Amino acid sequence: MAVQIRVEVNGTTYEREVEPRLLLVHWLRDELGLTGTNVGCETSLCGACTVLVDGRAVKSCTQLAVQADGSSITTIEGLQQNGELHPLQQAFWDQHGLQCGYCTPGMILAAADLLAQNPRPSEAEIRAALKGNVCRCTGYHNIVKAVRQAAEQMGGG
Amino acid sequence: MFPARFDYHRATTVDDALRLLGEHPGAKLLAGGHSLIPMMKLRLAMPEVLIDVGRVSELKGIEREEGKIYVGALTTHAELAASEVLAAHCPILAEAASKIADPAVRNKGTIGGNVAHADPASDLPAVLVATGAVIHLKGRRQRQVKAADFFTGLLATDLGEDEILTRIEIPDLHGRSGHAGSAYLKYEHPASGYAICGAAAVVKKNADGTCAAASLALNGVSATPFDAARVCRELIGAPLDDAVIRQAVNDHLHVGDPLSDVYASGLYRAELAKVYGRRALRLARDRAR
Ligand SMILES: Cc1cc2nc3c(=O)[nH]c(=O)nc-3n(C[C@H](O)[C@H](O)[C@H](O)COP(=O)(O)OP(=O)(O)OC[C@H]3O[C@@H](n4cnc5c(N)ncnc54)[C@H](O)[C@@H]3O)c2cc1C
Ligand code: FES
Ligand code: FES
Repeated sequence: MAVQIRVEVNGTTYEREVEPRLLLVHWLRDELGLTGTNVGCETSLCGACTVLVDGRAVKSCTQLAVQADGSSITTIEGLQQNGELHPLQQAFWDQHGLQCGYCTPGMILAAADLLAQNPRPSEAEIRAALKGNVCRCTGYHNIVKAVRQAAEQMGGG
Repeated sequence: MFPARFDYHRATTVDDALRLLGEHPGAKLLAGGHSLIPMMKLRLAMPEVLIDVGRVSELKGIEREEGKIYVGALTTHAELAASEVLAAHCPILAEAASKIADPAVRNKGTIGGNVAHADPASDLPAVLVATGAVIHLKGRRQRQVKAADFFTGLLATDLGEDEILTRIEIPDLHGRSGHAGSAYLKYEHPASGYAICGAAAVVKKNADGTCAAASLALNGVSATPFDAARVCRELIGAPLDDAVIRQAVNDHLHVGDPLSDVYASGLYRAELAKVYGRRALRLARDRAR
């Protein structure tokens, strides 16, 4: 069985047939070539696969592509505007919020959801918002600093 | 890791979903997918047909009518946590939802899926038992089941294969009959956030500060939510000081057949139940007016 879906990804609308069991993360990576979204644990725990679906952070390894029909998705590739890094991307760079970078796309999109809901988060709120995103390298401190920098630059702070 | 093959149908209304369930015996409903999809990826579940109810708008939303709150089955944990109606009239449900896993899980997971899945480590079942909630089901006919009777075993409920959980009815805790205090506390698994022990308490005080009514239920410690009714019977009419609560819990909160796994032994869970039960009762008492 194949199902027709229509999904906007990073501003472009795609109409495709998908097998119902295809996970959203594999559709993004394998069919659209958007390999910025990583697969870590495959068990909904690490957050490496986090993308925004209609503005909210979700784990794309725990969602079927067919469930995303009609929605609008932002992946890490969609954050930059005309070659300018998004303030969160710039802040992760400035604050050394990454080492290997594997967790980074998911971290940044989880942080983007937070800042959309709460433009002036406290440190505790940032840590709570990133609870579902695991980083094996940084020890999190610089990630928190990066989110604070981005919040300031985006006018919340 | 991906699920075994299945056919996919998207329901537009509750009746449409019921028709599809009738046409496809053994089909599974899909709500937020945050319990079902992980099970399907592990091939612990291999339904041949999924019926996606994720867009059935009549299953969404939170309303208040005449002393009751009605929560649609598809309401997400994030929506519960942010609800003004719940903050004002049943804060314990919002409190418990805000403690589920992490924001991304809360954006997808729904109260209906959580309750229908009946994972003993979930956070919402004990809250529904402690508040005296009623589960509304629709199949060939509509019926209502008390939360205390709904959970029948490990991952098992009274929900029939041809039924849909439509909404959950919860009494207004801050209604005309006074301002009950309520609290949900949990000792969580550090990775998944699931409850190793979660305690939901509701306490009503008399004008003189003695206990008018109390309920306490626990998640994570037994196959179904553990209803500590014996503790609460002991508290009625008593002054609610710390020592009285401690005594009632020590004497009467005995989890007979506690769950045991690699994370926590049964003995440890039974102890946690006392500690968290006590703390939840105290916090609920402090919040009661
Ligand atoms: C990483 C992770 C951590 C989690 N941590 C927690 C936690 O700390 N606490 C907690 O409580 N939960 C936790 N959960 C579970 C989460 O809350 C789930 O979302 C929830 O248990 C299921 O809701 P769902 O909408 O995703 O249901 P689904 O997965 O879509 O469905 C679950 C089951 O319920 C059935 N069902 C769904 N809706 C209905 C309906 N309306 N009528 C009848 N049957 C229905 C389905 O057929 C299926 O059998 C966690 C999940 C993950 C992935
Ligand atoms: S790969 Fe999705 S949460 Fe880890
Ligand atoms: S930078 Fe390596 S996992 Fe986070």
